[in-house]
Amino acid sequence: MTATLETPAAVSDVDAAVTLSGVRKVFGHGPNGVVALDGVDLSVAPGEFVCLLGASGCGKSTLLNLVAGLDAPTSGSIEVTTSRPAVMFQEAALMPWLTAARNVELPLRLAGLKRGPRREKASELLSLVRLVGAGHKRPHELSGGMRQRVALARALASTLGSAEEGTPGLLLMDEPFAALDAITRDVLQAELVRVWRETSTAILFVTHDVREAVRLGQRVVLLSSRPGRVVREWSTVDCDEPAVIEDITTHLREVISGHAAA
Amino acid sequence: MPQLDTDLAAVGAGLDALDAPSQERRPSIGKRFVRTAVPPLIAFALLLGVWQALWAMALWPEYQLPSPASVWAAVAEAIQTGRAFEVLWTSVSRAVLGFLTAVVIATPLGLLIAKVRVVRAAIGSLLTGLQSLPSVAWVPAGILWFGATPATIYFVVLMGSVPSIANGLVSGVDQIPPLLPRVGQALGASRLAAARHILLPAALPGYLAGLKQGWAFSWRSLMAAEIIATSPQLGEGLGQYLHNGSALNDISMVIAAIFLILLVGVGIELLVFRPLERAVLRARGLTGAL
Repeated sequence: MTATLETPAAVSDVDAAVTLSGVRKVFGHGPNGVVALDGVDLSVAPGEFVCLLGASGCGKSTLLNLVAGLDAPTSGSIEVTTSRPAVMFQEAALMPWLTAARNVELPLRLAGLKRGPRREKASELLSLVRLVGAGHKRPHELSGGMRQRVALARALASTLGSAEEGTPGLLLMDEPFAALDAITRDVLQAELVRVWRETSTAILFVTHDVREAVRLGQRVVLLSSRPGRVVREWSTVDCDEPAVIEDITTHLREVISGHAAA
Repeated sequence: MPQLDTDLAAVGAGLDALDAPSQERRPSIGKRFVRTAVPPLIAFALLLGVWQALWAMALWPEYQLPSPASVWAAVAEAIQTGRAFEVLWTSVSRAVLGFLTAVVIATPLGLLIAKVRVVRAAIGSLLTGLQSLPSVAWVPAGILWFGATPATIYFVVLMGSVPSIANGLVSGVDQIPPLLPRVGQALGASRLAAARHILLPAALPGYLAGLKQGWAFSWRSLMAAEIIATSPQLGEGLGQYLHNGSALNDISMVIAAIFLILLVGVGIELLVFRPLERAVLRARGLTGAL
């Protein structure tokens, strides 16, 4: 994937959408405390697509929760310069009592937008994820892939819709395609790249799939497990894809086998 | 690239068409009528037949087992004189007013118990216990506190229905998938907005079950209160009508009153709660029980 990004002019004065410096997160207290993240330094440029890669227990989801503001770091700082970050989970987690369009409207409603602009923005986002005719449907009437696209539209509404026009967005994705079948996942990955290009939203994408990370991201960041630390990062812009995949896989295996002795 | 893009759109559209769950079609109105209205009508007719047969065998004296015809005559007379409507109006308006008051009290109470740990620990079990306490037990206390006034009747109705509604809401909230409130938080909902836009709608099926039970409890608490607490101040509700029938040794009137009490209970269930429940469950794709 040779994803070259046209940097949007509006955001050129900000050098990072999100900056993490020395982030440490401990769950529990004293000797029983579990260190989930330790000394994580990471920054995502506005409009950049970064994939966080790691095995189980590397604190990927913890990291996203911290950036989303759902949890606070034990020490270190997290600086977000975009509008409110939006989170997408492995499950679509749509509100089952709302239609697809109303689900997309929900964050706009919470932000206090009037009905007219709310409707307009929601239908705009639904057409962005190619769900023009499905706005009136309830989640149980949609397929898994369609639900995840509604969730994407809702996340975009959350980060873009409530902010001032032109404020860059930030999308945090926690293995959003892991529960989908291979064909649907393949299509949705391509759709995500298309949507990302059209909206120039920065994306922090967590996955344990090396191929997915290399295919989607401009940059792949490998995290170690227990505690999570940044091991290495790779730029995947204009790279030799199979070689990078192989290199990352080797490193990932090294990180995992390091735990065998313990 | 544009060629590739349209290909992607076509593949996506194809997947949507293949993967989307197929819609089940609702049966026609005639079929639904046959399925839902005919069985209870047959059961009712059978019951009437057995009753008529037992009466015809004359196993019990007339003042214990009246004929269906004489009960119907009592109902018809009450309807013709307009007494049935007065009595029904008095009772139903009391029950509805009491029930609505109970909803207003029980909803914040239920939310508090569900969301605040201390409150749940303090009064959660008490509330569940109150549900098993027959509300008739409150009638003597109510008469001592408020006298034979409408206040007593409303007090008994509230004691009967508030615990049911609050408990229904608590179990509704407890059954919300934990991901939904987290999504609300991630979307930027304040505590109050989360309660209004996520918690309450997500708990609606459980809440509705609580409301249904709360209505049943408020109706039967009302009847208990009206049967026991009778005074000219209170006017004549269905309970007093039944009480009067018993005082006059008029078994037809007693059975007619019971019939009217049942009629209201079944009527409200069929006209209000059943359609509401159906609409709520159907909208969420929970059609199994319907």
